[in-house]
Amino acid sequence: MKMVNRSRNHWFSVVNTIILSLTCIICLIPFIHIVSLSFSDKAAVLGGLVKLWPVHFTWEPYSYVLERTAFWRSFGMTLERVVIGATINVLLVILLAYPLSKPNNKLRFRSVYVWIFFFTMLFNGGLIPNYILVKELHMLDTIWALVLPGAVSVFNIILMLNFFREVPHELEDAAFIDGAGHMRTLWQIYVPMSLPAIATITLFCIVGHWNAWFDGMIYMKGDHYPLQTYLQSIVIKFDFNTMSASEAQRLAKLNDRSVKAAQMIVAAIPILLVYPYLQKYFVAGIRLGSVKG
Amino acid sequence: MSKGKSYAWKRELPMHLMLVPGLVLLLIFAYIPMTGIMIAFQQFNPVKGLFGHQRWVGLDNFHYIFSMPNIWRVVGNTLLIASLKIVCGMVVPIVFALLLNEVKNVLFKRVTQTVIYFPYFLSWIILSGIMIDILSPSGGLVNQFLGAFGIKGIYFLGENKWFPFTMIASDVWKNFGFNTVVYLAAITGIDPALYEAAAVDGASRWKQTWHVTLPGMRMIIVLLMVLSLGNIFDAGFDQIFNLYSPQVYQSGDIIDTMVYRMGLLQSQYSASTAVGLLKSGVSFVLITSSYYLAYRLFRYRLF
Repeated sequence: MKMVNRSRNHWFSVVNTIILSLTCIICLIPFIHIVSLSFSDKAAVLGGLVKLWPVHFTWEPYSYVLERTAFWRSFGMTLERVVIGATINVLLVILLAYPLSKPNNKLRFRSVYVWIFFFTMLFNGGLIPNYILVKELHMLDTIWALVLPGAVSVFNIILMLNFFREVPHELEDAAFIDGAGHMRTLWQIYVPMSLPAIATITLFCIVGHWNAWFDGMIYMKGDHYPLQTYLQSIVIKFDFNTMSASEAQRLAKLNDRSVKAAQMIVAAIPILLVYPYLQKYFVAGIRLGSVKG
Repeated sequence: MSKGKSYAWKRELPMHLMLVPGLVLLLIFAYIPMTGIMIAFQQFNPVKGLFGHQRWVGLDNFHYIFSMPNIWRVVGNTLLIASLKIVCGMVVPIVFALLLNEVKNVLFKRVTQTVIYFPYFLSWIILSGIMIDILSPSGGLVNQFLGAFGIKGIYFLGENKWFPFTMIASDVWKNFGFNTVVYLAAITGIDPALYEAAAVDGASRWKQTWHVTLPGMRMIIVLLMVLSLGNIFDAGFDQIFNLYSPQVYQSGDIIDTMVYRMGLLQSQYSASTAVGLLKSGVSFVLITSSYYLAYRLFRYRLF
């Protein structure tokens, strides 16, 4: 009986490993294919020869992309929004999470504040009122249109205040006895003790700003498109208005699919670079945050 | 007594000041747009501005949208795509979390997790770009593969019978890794003594999964199920907008894409806001009840 059980378990392990490995391979194939396309020459791509390995290896699509001014301009725009946007996001999260992490008897009107924040998760004005507001504030085609409307992230505040609640009370009491106010307690005790949480939230904000495209599309003009909006316009909408004549000439010698692939990969590299850190903090983040259970 | 009170106020004041910048931003960028829903009851003229003297038309915009021939099809598409995404988005990760939990090799487990949740962090722009390429009916990788089995080119993004299926499958591709990790975290929280007790009673691994692991996950499964109720009208704008085209409007046009086209492409501000308001209104009821249910069932609260 025991033997039967063991061999059945063994078979299960084998089948399980196969299923999981196959899933991994299926998940990876699209990326491998796109990378291969970006390194293959025109004839190979047109002939449908490229599958999971570059054919007639070439750097040409990348050198073309790296010389495109429109690409770099949008890259710069994205860097700007990531730096300004994520800084504002994180500062606000810290400032808002601290008072909201206190119990109702330590902060007057706390429940009123909580409802003001919570209600924005339940209801929103929708696309048109938001657009008209940004327009009437004369923020169209400025960096503020990309940074301010989403500056307060209630979800991240909840994540952060759960971390703040883990800080031992005794430290705060000791700081008060030494004459420190709430501002100093926050910056000198709470922030240093919550650095992993702040790192997690900073990464989420950076990735969020890096990946955002819709606001860029509706609020910005072509010259000021952030990277993802620019990618959307050429990879998905086939809009070639941003291309100069000499660039068009060079493109004729290349395959469009390779050039698109190369641009998608360059845009994904920063995510790849922060991925190990995302992963490190990620599980801790979900445990404390969205699903406390 | 009154001195003590003012002292407490003075101590507390910095905390109220910390809230000010955030409250001001929310007031401007969340609450002013909420008052903007009045556009739905006006014949909105953008030249006069959000708080200008607009002509009020009562429910005319709502009569108009319900007279549109495609409105119910769009609502139906939204509900179908969103609910299938919710179901698949729960079942697939639960199965994978159970399978991954059985893996004893730590390295293999970690590599698998790393691979499957990578797409979660990429934008729908990049994922859509990849999909448009590999799903192309002429020379896309997927159709080349199917061609090897004699299956004729399928236009996954251009045929109405394939489009919703493609949206659901690719949504699972992007998100299942993330949710698998969420469920794995729940499994890790199960008391090992329960497994030992089950093993002593002679339960096989399959029986342990059925009688220990799944009940241990029951709470988080029901909780996420309840909370996903609020998403039943969110079929995924970012994904569908970047993958659809007029030939699949019949099966793929959803409320959010319709609001966008009506509002920003055709400048029907009032009608578009009316559609958006209906969606926000119904979602509000659903989200509120889902939080209420989650609170009653599990004492789950966000703040």
